[in-house]
Amino acid sequence: MINAKLERREPSFYDVSERKGILAWILSTDHKRIGLLYLYSIMSFFIIGAILGLLMKLELLAPGKTIMEAKTYNGVFTLHGIIMIFLIVIPGLPAVFGNFMLPILIGAKDVAFPRLNLLSWYIYIFGAILAVASQFMSGGPPDTGWTFYAPYSFKTTTNMLPAVLGAFVLGFSSILTGLNFIVTIHRMRAPGMTWLKMPLFPWTLYGTAWIQLLATPVIGITLLMTVGERIFNIGFFDPALGGDPILYQHLFWIYSHPAVYVMILPAMGAISEILPTFAQKTIFGYKAIIISTLAIAFVGYFVWGHHMFTSGMSGVALYVFSILTFLVAIPSGVKVFNWISTIYKGSINLKTPFYWAVSFIFVFMIGGLTGLVLGALATDVHVHDTHFVVAHFHFIVFGGVGFAFMGAIHYWFPKMFGRMYEETWANVGWLIFFIGFLTLYLPMFYLGIAGMPRRYFDYLPQFHGGNIISSLGAIVMIMGLVIIITNLVRSAKFGNPVESDNPWNGKTLEWTVESPPSLENFEEIPIIDKGPYDYE
Amino acid sequence: MYSVDKLDASSFVEGVDRVFIIILGFSFLFLIVLTFLMVWFIFKYRKSKHPKAVQIEGNTKLEIAWTGGAFILVIALFFVGWAGYKPMLNVPDDAMKITAIARMWQFNFLYENGKMTDSLVIPVDQAVELDLVALDVIHSLYIPAFRVKEDMVPGIEKNMWFKSLREGGYDLFCAEYCGLEHSFMNARVRVLSDSAYQAWYVDTTKVEIPTDIPAWQAGLRVMQKNGCVACHTSDGNKLVGPTYLGVYGHMVEVETGGRTRQVMADSMYIRNSILDPGSDIVKGYNKGLMLSYEGLVSDEEIGLIIEYLKHLNN
Repeated sequence: MINAKLERREPSFYDVSERKGILAWILSTDHKRIGLLYLYSIMSFFIIGAILGLLMKLELLAPGKTIMEAKTYNGVFTLHGIIMIFLIVIPGLPAVFGNFMLPILIGAKDVAFPRLNLLSWYIYIFGAILAVASQFMSGGPPDTGWTFYAPYSFKTTTNMLPAVLGAFVLGFSSILTGLNFIVTIHRMRAPGMTWLKMPLFPWTLYGTAWIQLLATPVIGITLLMTVGERIFNIGFFDPALGGDPILYQHLFWIYSHPAVYVMILPAMGAISEILPTFAQKTIFGYKAIIISTLAIAFVGYFVWGHHMFTSGMSGVALYVFSILTFLVAIPSGVKVFNWISTIYKGSINLKTPFYWAVSFIFVFMIGGLTGLVLGALATDVHVHDTHFVVAHFHFIVFGGVGFAFMGAIHYWFPKMFGRMYEETWANVGWLIFFIGFLTLYLPMFYLGIAGMPRRYFDYLPQFHGGNIISSLGAIVMIMGLVIIITNLVRSAKFGNPVESDNPWNGKTLEWTVESPPSLENFEEIPIIDKGPYDYE
Repeated sequence: MYSVDKLDASSFVEGVDRVFIIILGFSFLFLIVLTFLMVWFIFKYRKSKHPKAVQIEGNTKLEIAWTGGAFILVIALFFVGWAGYKPMLNVPDDAMKITAIARMWQFNFLYENGKMTDSLVIPVDQAVELDLVALDVIHSLYIPAFRVKEDMVPGIEKNMWFKSLREGGYDLFCAEYCGLEHSFMNARVRVLSDSAYQAWYVDTTKVEIPTDIPAWQAGLRVMQKNGCVACHTSDGNKLVGPTYLGVYGHMVEVETGGRTRQVMADSMYIRNSILDPGSDIVKGYNKGLMLSYEGLVSDEEIGLIIEYLKHLNN
């Protein structure tokens, strides 16, 4: 990756390694190489997960059996959920862009514990292999859904244990990455970079890291209890053994709801980086965004009960969880106000990352506002466990995290690869994807309100129309995705070399280093004396 | 016909729909205004028209105002949601009791006079309290037209209530994923006038088996009614349970208390498999998935089922 047009001061990190071939990657402790290892792993799993999603939508094109049996369908939505949640969106932005960009953004040469960082990737791959292998062992693919609800998960004859163990192992990867980032952010910021001079992406990684560190052990314990119950018949959750199935749900969501914030916070951080650069303007309300990040991370711990409004909690618990859920909407709303104010009176450079960022705000608003329907008790009872919920969390997790991920990869692409993607194709891909996305998920809100439960292989005729539109949307969206991924993969190898180390005129530190960065990022550690988005 | 737009399908519909309209209405307004602002800013301040950005670091008053505004708004919406939900918690004293029993993958409804059905039949304008019993895993009883849903959790006593204000038929779904045939686990709700309900209620003939059809057909009806065919096929295919094809009168390899043995699938064996399915497990299948049908099917009905199995051999 020698850049033809730009004279390099130091060799690119791609060209410096004591080892050859694949060993230069899988034994490297360089945060940039590890970030790329995650990128390639996550991309590969994402393609599998997306194909599974498409298969489900094709099955739902018509009532009755369309392309697969009910047993296969149940296995497909379980694997789709496990892959998308545990292998993609939870590691997601922190693992890829956190690893690659965090040290550069705070002016460091690497993360605090580079070897631990590589270990996290190995643990991730090990967990992923376990989870995926469960599909091919005797007993058949697990069919519990990614939530593994008791007591069904103890009754099913399918291969549930490897999947649960896989999720357990993946948790450790998450904990170690979180720990690493917390220490890195505390100890390794460049001289002069006080907390309030730190860019917003590191801030969200910081909030995220604490959730990973504190909440992930809960799911670890829960999954171990599940294993213990299945192997040794200890009655934690199965009423037949004297256990309580609702306890499982509490423990599961005590982790899995904060996990949603593990997914979305770094996405918000990436958007907060992209918008100032393309508006050529400082972020509006820097401190308010930090406070709202920490508020989301904190309040996010206490809202898990809204997944269980129909499980049979006491009236008081219902009210408390409902009101806390509404409260967590405030910091999210504040962020949206700040982002929109950031583009006000900017000088907007209409480039691909900016399109992803504003479409992120749009889909995130839909995801957030439909969350109010789910937070309100009266309406949640009706739409709980229906396609409404499926649409809602795809707007947040796929719309939110996915759009931000796409924005981030187009934004940092020239820095990471030293080359530029084809802009026209990138924009065409975005537009097709965006249209497909809305066509796929908007009808599911309608289906949910009309009463179609989720995880349904078959449905009654009144739900046919909505499902047809939704399935067509899936096809369009996948077409967009093919364009986007092809363009990125091709351009990483054959794209035009960048003409400048700072193609977008960004102000954060990554734009001061070479593209791609040298092994130690900075020739000299910078001294920081102003805020991160200083366009004066 | 199932419908979501009958405002008097149940006494909750109006209240719940009001909450929907308030929250969705607010959401639409919010979404439209903010999207409009966003698009307008992008258009107005694009680089070619607005080459130099104006640096604005924030506006404390504005930020406090919108945070406060958001706070008031979400608290208001919480109360709206709460008010719409509250009636669902308080079961009226005069509610009629029915026990709803869920198992993989079938609902049954047990009435106070011992009558048991696979569709929920209730009188109009009468509060109904369902005691929720799940026999195996978690199910969830969902009647979209009534705007009610409650999980049915094994081992936990729970109830739900509603009052329908309109005669007619409605769909009832299982909303909590419960395995292979989850999406086929549904039932009908029939809301009858008071007199029609009384006439239906006192008629306690257990299953109305027509006498004008061959016994094997009646046997198939019994099995469809009890949900047997969800797990057992008649064409040789393996589902959760073994197929019916070629069973009757043949030797079957079963596990009895950990010991493998060969038994003759005769009438006694069939009867035992229905009433005590855990005792002999056909090799290659799992214990504990099928629960006893003791009290659900009569001896006469078992006889009809056996006729059906015999018929399959022809």
